[in-house]
Amino acid sequence: MKLTGAQIFVESLLAEGVELIFGYPGGAVLPIYDTLYDSELKHIRVRHEQGAAHMAEGYARATGKCGVCLVTSGPGATNTVTGIANAYMDSIPMVVFTGQVPVALIGNDAFQEADIIGITRSCTKHSYLVRNTRDLAQTIKEAFYIASTGKPGPVVIDLPKDILTGEAKFAYPESIALRSYNPTYKGHPAQIKKAFKAIQDAHRPVLYVGGGIITSDASEELVKFAEKSRIPVTTTLMGLGSFPSKSELSLGMLGMHGTYTANMAMHETDLIIALGARFDDRVTGRLDAFAANSKVIHADIDPGSIGKNVGVDIPVVGDVKDILHGLNDLAKKDHTDWADKHDKWLKTLRKWQKANPLKYTRSKDTIKPQYVLEMVDKLTKGKDPIFATEVGQAQMWAAQYLQFTGPRTFMTSGGLGTMGFGFPAALGAQAAFPDRLVINIAGDGSIQMNSQELATAVEYNLKTKVFILNNGTLGMVRQWQEFFFKKRYSYSTMTEFPDFVKLAEAYGAVGLRATKPSEVQKVIKKALSIDKPVFVDFVVEMEENVFPMVPAGKALNDMLLV
Amino acid sequence: MRHTISVLVENRFGVLSRIAGLFSGRGFNIESLTVGPTEDPSVSRMTIVTRGDNKIIEQINKQLNKLIDVIRVRDVTSETYVDREMMLVKVNATEKNRPEILRMTEIFRGKVVDVCPKTYTVEITGSTEKVEAFLEMIKPLGLQEVARTGKIALSRGVRMLTAKPGTKNNGK
Repeated sequence: MKLTGAQIFVESLLAEGVELIFGYPGGAVLPIYDTLYDSELKHIRVRHEQGAAHMAEGYARATGKCGVCLVTSGPGATNTVTGIANAYMDSIPMVVFTGQVPVALIGNDAFQEADIIGITRSCTKHSYLVRNTRDLAQTIKEAFYIASTGKPGPVVIDLPKDILTGEAKFAYPESIALRSYNPTYKGHPAQIKKAFKAIQDAHRPVLYVGGGIITSDASEELVKFAEKSRIPVTTTLMGLGSFPSKSELSLGMLGMHGTYTANMAMHETDLIIALGARFDDRVTGRLDAFAANSKVIHADIDPGSIGKNVGVDIPVVGDVKDILHGLNDLAKKDHTDWADKHDKWLKTLRKWQKANPLKYTRSKDTIKPQYVLEMVDKLTKGKDPIFATEVGQAQMWAAQYLQFTGPRTFMTSGGLGTMGFGFPAALGAQAAFPDRLVINIAGDGSIQMNSQELATAVEYNLKTKVFILNNGTLGMVRQWQEFFFKKRYSYSTMTEFPDFVKLAEAYGAVGLRATKPSEVQKVIKKALSIDKPVFVDFVVEMEENVFPMVPAGKALNDMLLV
Repeated sequence: MRHTISVLVENRFGVLSRIAGLFSGRGFNIESLTVGPTEDPSVSRMTIVTRGDNKIIEQINKQLNKLIDVIRVRDVTSETYVDREMMLVKVNATEKNRPEILRMTEIFRGKVVDVCPKTYTVEITGSTEKVEAFLEMIKPLGLQEVARTGKIALSRGVRMLTAKPGTKNNGK
């Protein structure tokens, strides 16, 4: 029996195990929407296509599955570009279906035509323009495979309208073989052995771990290895959640706003064991001062990440889960007295932690943003929350002050730094887990970039809580202007923002506000008790800055502390 | 240092722009890039000549390998390989300089492939250095137009760049 392209689309997604997609209808994809009308495939209709892309990404981050979004041609497609670039930078599996004008019209500057394949070429893992209905099922199979294997990333499939109305025989391919794409999963045993030998020889080793641990579901192996070898762990922003914050071996986040101890450890170490992290500039600080006295082991599934920014002594290409498994096997057979070997190093680190913990000046009169996060952390203990963040100061305070217990509980725009990511990403996670507590930590600036999705939240009863740290300014911009631009606050002050309580109410959600420190706990508790989407407006101190801070271009040990 | 990189790619729509985009997006330099079909119609072969220190060349290799449509990448620079470039040169042909053009063409083992009342077009094949040397010699005679293919290269002997089939899996 022959099916239309639109039917093949839906059947392929179902065969792929997709349960939920995020999208927005429009001319070029009407045939698909007609099929969706009575399909079992669930669809969340957003308010802006950027929201759909971020929701698909949030869904992917929370579940580990591939996120899917569907938009129309032209502006529908271009509106997803930020979301695609975001997923690309953070290696999140996502398949984005964009409508396209009929094949015969491509290149004619037709109505709602955009060369989305061209536009997204540098921010996708791969992309396809389907030119024949016959090829559609195979293309979808390949796209999901490419998006979710190796180093994951977004794949775009551009669907001309006549491909969707055309007919072809449907059979979803059961297997796949691509001669040009065969990621390496198994770490080379000789390299793993070499790495283990270097770990045995090191005196002050540090495990520097990133989002790769979460992607490859390797937290358990990481904890096992760190505990066995008594090696301290610092995580990147993307790696938060991969190692329990409460562990005595946890140094917290490193980098520009990392903890004093994490950054000093990276500076003083004689062996960096990098697992699924990519030495980005926010982590390394000034490159020539980074790891100056240290050997580097770098394990990553992407050979291109190895040796890109920092010279590597022992590269191990492969899935970090497999590599950690190899290291754990070697550690099991080994007789090193690790506790004794690393005792002195761990004592030094503890001394640093004691002398320079994360701190801020408490206040009885104004709400400090850090205090809000401490209270959020305290009041959500044991509730298995998923946190999302926007970008800027609020994001950094969330990374610093929240305590993470497990992977896939912290979703943040790490690489691209996209304001407006957090709220839709949180909604994506909430759609995946309707009954879990999902919280977006926002600033008053970034929440305004995608607040239209409140309507989506209300429509689908996605009861996400949005905690806005409202300081009336683009805080991180302001902080940089204070430190590096002689306090010339050029266009960073935002005195004209909406009444967030009324905004929430206007959409049919709940709005709450706290203006005094004494109200903070009460308002958080209230928000958590409401079975609806909630915006909480925390009116916080404007001039609060994020510390520690390694100014851009400075070495990691060159930190500004309060 | 100058490197010559051979790349086998899927003969598919958009591959060239992916590769060109990779070079421009990451700030890598391209001196020349040639592409053409191979013995297997589903595979094209590119020869890319680029410049960079070891770190950059390593990144170019790795980033090329990351592209889904790229089947194999090989930097042949340090191997023994044969390379050729072809050039068509249009020169002013006057009564006075015609014998010199012919002599130069003969010395460089080229061919005059087109003769018009006012111009000769000469075909020269050889290494980049040879092709450039010819250009140098012909310039004073009244060089009009140049078209070059860019370099193509093949490793010598049994070293071969071939596309192997992928490993079959369930796609998860």
